[in-house]
Amino acid sequence: MARIGVFVCHCGTNIAGTVDVKYVAEEMAGEKGVIISRDYKYMCSDPGQNIIKEYIRLYKLDRVVVAACSPLLHERTFQNAVKEEGLNPYLMEMANIREQCSWVHRDRAEATAKAIELIKMAVAKVRMNEPLIPKRIPIERKALIIGGGISGMQAALDIAMVGHPVILVERSPSIGGRMAQFDKTFPTLDCAACILTPKMVDVRSNPNIRILTYSEVDSVQGYVGNFEVKIRKRARSVDMSKCTGCGECVQKCPVRVDSEFDLGLGKRKAIYVPFPQAVPNVPVIDRVHCRFFTQGKCQVCQKVCPAEAVNYEQEDEVITEKVGAIVAATGFDLSDPNDYSEYGGGRYKDVINGLQFERMINSSGPTEGHLRRPSDGKEPKTMVFIQCVGSRDENLGRPYCSKMCCMYTAKHAILTKEHVPDAQVYVFYIDIRAAGKNYEEFIRRAIEQYGATYLRGRVSRIFEKNGKLVVRGADTLSKGQVEIEADMVVLATALVARSDSVKVAQMLGIPYDQNHFFTEMHPKLAPVENVTSGIYLTGACQAPKDIPDSVASASGASVKVCALFANDELIADPMIAEINPTLCSLCKTCVDVCPFSAIIEEERKSPDGKTQKQMRIIEGVCHGCGACVASCRPGAITLKGYTDQQIFSEVESLASNL
Amino acid sequence: METKPEIGRKEKDWEPRVLAFLCRWCSYAGADLTGSSRISYPPNVRILRVPCSGRVDPLFILKALRSGIDGVLVSGCHPGDCHYTAGNYNARRKFAILSRLLEYVGIDPRRVQFSWVSASEGDKFAKVIRGVVADLKALSRNGLSRFPDLDEKIKEPAGPHQ
Repeated sequence: MARIGVFVCHCGTNIAGTVDVKYVAEEMAGEKGVIISRDYKYMCSDPGQNIIKEYIRLYKLDRVVVAACSPLLHERTFQNAVKEEGLNPYLMEMANIREQCSWVHRDRAEATAKAIELIKMAVAKVRMNEPLIPKRIPIERKALIIGGGISGMQAALDIAMVGHPVILVERSPSIGGRMAQFDKTFPTLDCAACILTPKMVDVRSNPNIRILTYSEVDSVQGYVGNFEVKIRKRARSVDMSKCTGCGECVQKCPVRVDSEFDLGLGKRKAIYVPFPQAVPNVPVIDRVHCRFFTQGKCQVCQKVCPAEAVNYEQEDEVITEKVGAIVAATGFDLSDPNDYSEYGGGRYKDVINGLQFERMINSSGPTEGHLRRPSDGKEPKTMVFIQCVGSRDENLGRPYCSKMCCMYTAKHAILTKEHVPDAQVYVFYIDIRAAGKNYEEFIRRAIEQYGATYLRGRVSRIFEKNGKLVVRGADTLSKGQVEIEADMVVLATALVARSDSVKVAQMLGIPYDQNHFFTEMHPKLAPVENVTSGIYLTGACQAPKDIPDSVASASGASVKVCALFANDELIADPMIAEINPTLCSLCKTCVDVCPFSAIIEEERKSPDGKTQKQMRIIEGVCHGCGACVASCRPGAITLKGYTDQQIFSEVESLASNL
Repeated sequence: METKPEIGRKEKDWEPRVLAFLCRWCSYAGADLTGSSRISYPPNVRILRVPCSGRVDPLFILKALRSGIDGVLVSGCHPGDCHYTAGNYNARRKFAILSRLLEYVGIDPRRVQFSWVSASEGDKFAKVIRGVVADLKALSRNGLSRFPDLDEKIKEPAGPHQ
C-alpha cells in the first residue's frame, strides 16, 4: 500500500492568488493512500525542499506528489530533493497547477476544482510508479563542429586546447567564413583578414583539430556521447597530399564564372581557391562549369600542374565518425538586394548590399579595393546607405532587428570617406543601435570626424534618372522629403538564416524558430545549449550576432562540451522501453515504427536447449518516445515512467470526478 | 440506474470535460508558454503529459470516452519537428484509423481532435482549446459512462443470428 505525501505550493501569489491552496491541501488529505498533505509558500526553495525531505523521513513516505509549477521547470529540483532523502527520484510526480491552471484561468472556484483534479491524476499515476535506475553509458570524447567560420574555429580551438580531438566540417573550400569576406571590422577598423588568418593558422596547426573542407554532414544518428555521423568529403578533383598551392592551375584555367565569394561582383575560374589566404590552400574544381567535366575538353590544369595533383577521377567519399558532442556553427546569409522592388528589384546594378560593398572595398576583392560603380566602373562621388532593408518589417515576415547593420553601415561610411575623401555620404536610418563596447563612439566618429550625413527617415523608392540613382526618402527630424542623386546605393539588407537551416535542424533533431534560427535551450540562461542533449549552438545560426558575441558564444559552447567530456560516464535517461518476450509475437511492427532502429532480433537459447528468436530493445539507443509501445498489439512493450497502467490510472482518475 | 438516461439531450450549464494528451517537447511546453504569457482559456481541459504524441495508444482515447469524458485532444510537434523524428506521424496515422472506428461504433468522431502545437505557440494552444471546447459544447454530453451495466450487456450475445 503506497504511502503518498502531497505538497501544494503557493508560489507566492502566482498559484495562491487564484487557487485556494489550503483547501486543495485539505481535500488531498482524504485521498486513498495519501498519508500527509500540506501547503507551503515556495516548495522549490531550500526550506520547501527540506519540508519534503523531513516528511519523507517522519511519515515514511514512499511516493511524493508536488503540486506547483511546470515539471519542465522544477521536476529535476524535486527529484534531487527526494533522492537526497533516499527515495528513488522516479517515485516523485508533479502536478502543473501554475502554467496550466492558475495562470490561465480567472475563476477561483473553477481553478481550484481543476487543481484538485490535476493533483488527483498525479496521485493516481504515482501509485503506479516504479523505482527506476538510470543506466550508465560511455562517452566518446570527440567533438564535431559544423561550420568553419569564426564561431566554429573558436570552438574548435577551445575544445582542442583542453585536449579533446575535434572534427571541423566546412562546406566551402576553405575555413574562414564571413570574416574572410570583410574588409575591416568595427569598431577598431582592424583588417579582417589580418585578425582572422592567425586564427586560421592556429586551427590548421593544432594537432587535435581535423579540418574537413568542401565537406558536408550527411546524417546524424545516435544520442549524446554516442553520435554516429556520416560526413561527405566532396571531390575536389585535386589530390591534397600532392598539391603545393603554387596556383599555376588557377592562372591557366580558361573558364571564368561569377564568384560566390565576391557575391557576383567578380569572377573566378572553374578551378579555384576562394580567397588568397585560404586554409587549406588547395583549389577545387567546380565540375558544373569545368570544360573537362561538361565537354570532355581542356585539361589544362592537369597539364600545367608541376605536382601532378589534379585528379579528375576523384569521387565523393563518405566517412563515418563517432563523436560525443556536436556544435552547430553554420552562420548566416545576407538577403539579396534584388529582392526589394522599391529599391530597384535587381534592375539597377549600382544598388548593392553590405556584403557586396565589403568585397568591393577590400583590396583583394574584384575591384582591388577601389570603389567603382558596377554599371560603368566610374568612381562614385555620392554614396547613399540605407539601413533596415528587410529587417524590422512585419510585412516581410521579418520583425527582428539584424543587429549589425547600424555598425557596419557607419564603418562603410568611414571607409568610403577614406577611399574617396571628397565623396558625399548619406545614411538613411530609423534608429541607431550601437550597444556594444566602443560602438556608440564609433558612430559619432563617422558623423563628426568623417562627415557622414545621417538622415532619420525611410526611403520610399529609388529610380534612375540621367544615369544617376535618385533616392527619395524622408527626413523626419527636419520634417521634409529629400531626394538625393546618388552614384551608388548600399542596402543594409536583413541578416537571414541559411536557406537549408531547416534541413540541418531536422538532421540534428533540434528546434528552430519562425525565422529559422536554431532555438537555444533558454533565451536568457542557456543561450548556447539545446534541448537536444549533446548539441550546442554558437554564432549567427542561433540569432544575429557580431564577431565579439560570436567568439564569446563559441567559447561558451566549448566549455559545455568539455564539461560533458569531463564525466567518466553519462547517466542515461532510464525512461526507456522494454519488451516482455513471453508476450511478443515477433510481428516486428515495433521495428517499423522505431525512428532510431533501437529494436533488434536476437537468438536466445531456451531452457530446453532450443534456439528462440526474440526482439530486444538496445538500451543505449532507445530514446523513450513510446512509439513501439503504442503500436504493439499484444502489449508486450512497456515504457518505463509512462506505462499503460500509469496513463490508464490518470484517465480513470479524471473520469471518476465527472 | 432506475431510469434510462436520454442520450442527446443537452443539460443546462453543462460544460464538456476534455482530456488532452500533450507531447512533452512541443505541445506541453507550448501550453506552459500560454501560462507564462498569462493567456486565458476555458477551464474544461485536463492535461496528461506523454513523452511523444506517438506514445498515445488509441486504447487510452477509447478508455477516456468509455468512462464518460466528453472529448479528447492529442497534440504533438509540427511535421518534421518531432523530438523523436517521427512519433507525430504515427500519432496522426493512428488518429485517422481511430476516427473511422469511432464512426463505426457510433461515437461522434468529433469528440477526438488532433493538433500540432510547437513549444513557441502559446497563443495557438489557447486557440486550439477554445476551439475544442466550443466544438464539444455543440455535441451532447458523452452518455457512455451512464451505463454502468453496459459491460454486462456486451457479454450477452444479441441479434437475429442467434
